Amino acid sequence: MSTDTRERKAERIRHLLETEGEAVEENTLGFNEGRYESVADLEEYEALKDRAREIKEDAIERLPELIEQLRETVEENGGTLYLADDAADANRYIREVAGENDADRVVKSKSMTSEELEVNEALEADGVDVVETDLGEWVLQVADEAPSHIVAPAIHKSEAEIAELFNEQFDPDEPLETAEELTMFARERLGELIADADVGMTGANFITADSGSIMLVTSEGNARKTAVVPDTHVAVAGVEKVVPSVEDLAPFIELIGRSGTGQDITSYVSLLTPPVDSPVVDFDDPDLEFADRDDDREFHLVLIDNGRMAMREDEHLRETLYCIRCSACANTCANFQSVGGHAFGGETYSGGIATGWEAGVHGQDSAAEFNDLCTGCSRCVEACPVKIDIPWINTVVRDRINREDGGQFDFLVEGLTPDEEPGGVDLQKRLFGNYETLAKLGSATAPVSNWTTKLGPVRTLMEKTVGVDRRRPLPAFERTTLVDWFEDRGPRVSAADADREVVLYPDVYTNYIDVERGKAAVRVLEALSVHVRIPSAPGSGRAPLSQGMIDTADEKASRVYASLAEHIDAGRDVVVIEPSDLAMFRSEYEKFLPESSYERLREGSYEILEYVYGLLENGADADRLRTGDGERAPDIAYHSHCQQRTLELDRYTRAVLEDLEYDVLESDVECCGMAGSFGYKEQYYELSMDVGDRLADQFTTPETSDRLVVASGTSCEDQLEDLLAREAVHPVEVLDPRSRHH
Amino acid sequence: MTTTVERFETALEDLEVPVRRTTPAAFDETLGRVANEPVVGTPLPFEGVSLPAWVDDEPTPGALESATTGVTAASLGVADYGSVVLPSTPEGSEPVSLFPERHVAVLRERDLVADMPTAIERLGPELRDGGSAVIATGPSATADMGALVKGAHGPKEVRVVLITDAEDADGGEP
Ligand code: SF4
Repeated sequence: MSTDTRERKAERIRHLLETEGEAVEENTLGFNEGRYESVADLEEYEALKDRAREIKEDAIERLPELIEQLRETVEENGGTLYLADDAADANRYIREVAGENDADRVVKSKSMTSEELEVNEALEADGVDVVETDLGEWVLQVADEAPSHIVAPAIHKSEAEIAELFNEQFDPDEPLETAEELTMFARERLGELIADADVGMTGANFITADSGSIMLVTSEGNARKTAVVPDTHVAVAGVEKVVPSVEDLAPFIELIGRSGTGQDITSYVSLLTPPVDSPVVDFDDPDLEFADRDDDREFHLVLIDNGRMAMREDEHLRETLYCIRCSACANTCANFQSVGGHAFGGETYSGGIATGWEAGVHGQDSAAEFNDLCTGCSRCVEACPVKIDIPWINTVVRDRINREDGGQFDFLVEGLTPDEEPGGVDLQKRLFGNYETLAKLGSATAPVSNWTTKLGPVRTLMEKTVGVDRRRPLPAFERTTLVDWFEDRGPRVSAADADREVVLYPDVYTNYIDVERGKAAVRVLEALSVHVRIPSAPGSGRAPLSQGMIDTADEKASRVYASLAEHIDAGRDVVVIEPSDLAMFRSEYEKFLPESSYERLREGSYEILEYVYGLLENGADADRLRTGDGERAPDIAYHSHCQQRTLELDRYTRAVLEDLEYDVLESDVECCGMAGSFGYKEQYYELSMDVGDRLADQFTTPETSDRLVVASGTSCEDQLEDLLAREAVHPVEVLDPRSRHH
Repeated sequence: MTTTVERFETALEDLEVPVRRTTPAAFDETLGRVANEPVVGTPLPFEGVSLPAWVDDEPTPGALESATTGVTAASLGVADYGSVVLPSTPEGSEPVSLFPERHVAVLRERDLVADMPTAIERLGPELRDGGSAVIATGPSATADMGALVKGAHGPKEVRVVLITDAEDADGGEP
């Protein structure tokens, strides 16, 4: 990516932060909070997600057969099923239906698939008046804007902005002001437009092959009117919406609203088996009793392939087809919460899973536009009702984008980047992907390397060449690495005297930069009678993986395993300080290592506070650590790490600190915004700070502003220090018997 | 232990949907209390219960427009959610439950089920038989205009009339 492109990107993000950021933030945070509350009430939440996943897996597996079954049922019911290869094919068919019905107006309920087709434009070209009846979609149609969210398309607009828009466009007798007034105005106006419509077009959240029914999840009631008022109903849906039977709908009905906007259930879940028995509502014949009508309803189900069948054959993109478009992955995403779908989205889709959809239906270029905004924080993974590994899809597509174009080949960087990647990888990605090599070099040449990187001209150069934002302080390398230090010092608890033996994994950051937290970890473990070893081991592969350099990460995984395998065989526990590296061991390594190796490492590795918790539970003497009731012991403002939370490990840190009598307040933001290299990148620096502000706000309240800032992740520590200009430490540094932090 | 009826009532309370329990004998009177005239309705398929004379039971598009209240039958109630299942009928239950400002759903207590899977299980054969229904939970709503508003395209208010089984007029779990 060139300097210009980076600057344009930064400019666009800045603009969205200023114009839409506030409304997007308020709404997505509301949805996200609602989700947490709503799923907490659901007794069988995990089992329901498993069931939902199973149904989708099975349906996609059997898709061709289900489509044929559906065709038969729809035809038996008296409707037509048209399987469209692509958008043009679908639009042609829909235009024909409109033409045969001499349609002057088509009313629509909300459908992302219809946005994918751009069917409105196609119909309008034939002179058909197309009206969106979902209030949010209608606002956008009036404003001529694109949706910023897949479920709540107009969340980037405030009440006041909509009022201004309507007052300008429609010039009502009394200017509109409140949401209530705006809604009633829209209801009336749209009601008239629906009454006169010739064709109603809906999407479908699910389609059941056994009955030919479509399920529509709505709140307003416009989809109900759209489907039954006119005599012709066209439903458009991706082929992936087909499930085998009506009974399969139950888990989705319970999950979709909760996961998306945090409602237990939306007002209306329509289960229509068209052509429906309901009478056509013909307001031109106001006195004809419904019961006396003899309607001949028409129903067309237009199923769209548009790349989906190819996605089904793609081992990595296939999971995307399980997506039920609930929007949880958007609402839970810290970056999305700041900029919304106009930045975090492609031609049609937005949010975490949009990369999969865009790459599949519109092609990689559309995905490339925003794919970088996924930082791999993984908070969406537990939120997704069908358990899609969304960050993995983002990583795979990033890897493919890296490989796609020739790109620059820089021979200086090539020397610095002993990776497994082809020459085309973007220079900036390559630099961060090879952070380990840089850290090694920086450490070997410290303190000179640190002085150099503080120099203005050097920062300017770094910004120009590789896009490291000059406003972001760079971490200082330590001359003596953790491994060196420990080699000199040696263990203080011998294996013979020890209750347990630990290999402390020297992650890149702890080894070269924050050596102090490594030393603290050693002292804490030894205070609890553990024999510690620190082998020399390569980086986990997190850094290259987050740049989409999958082969390099894969190769690192093998080397890490090789360096730890013997220890695991000897019954030693692997303890990891950096949560993002532990997350590699526990999650991503499943894709890189043979199954049994992965299992062994996963079962044999622990996050440092998780391990301390286990030791204390098993009778280790807590008094040998620094406790919270001692003199000058600090009160704590704690920020857990995104991936640590996804692994459900944050509770151990909290439990240990509280058991040791510390007063702890914990943040509840999804991510600090730094996310490894993300916050260093020139084009994303401001977004990163905006995301961080939500965290900073929580740590500058009267209850938190005097507390010691504690964070489990490296990135989070750096980000908090930058944001708050206060020192931030790892929890293990608090517990260190030698700790002076207060 | 809370009964299914109590759970249903609690869920409706959370949705701000008033519910009235009544007997077949007292149905007319109860309906009179929750329906604002003019009232339009579709036939109730329940033995011993029918719409009173003051309800227009032969709905037309014109009647939809002028009615304040629409009365339709619910085939099921879902206790966990406070939902009512409204089957579509040729007489127009779908539009009658949708257009007027207030919707009154009439449900027999015996048609209450505990949870969503049970409701869907009951619906399976109906849908496979060509039927359609809407699972309606509370009034129509939107947040698209910047704040939550009730009555977007559908009813602003919902009422549920729960008919106890004749021999169990005092209510309680049979
Ligand atoms: S990927 Fe999962 S969380 Fe995201 S929209 Fe699809 S179903 Fe919802």
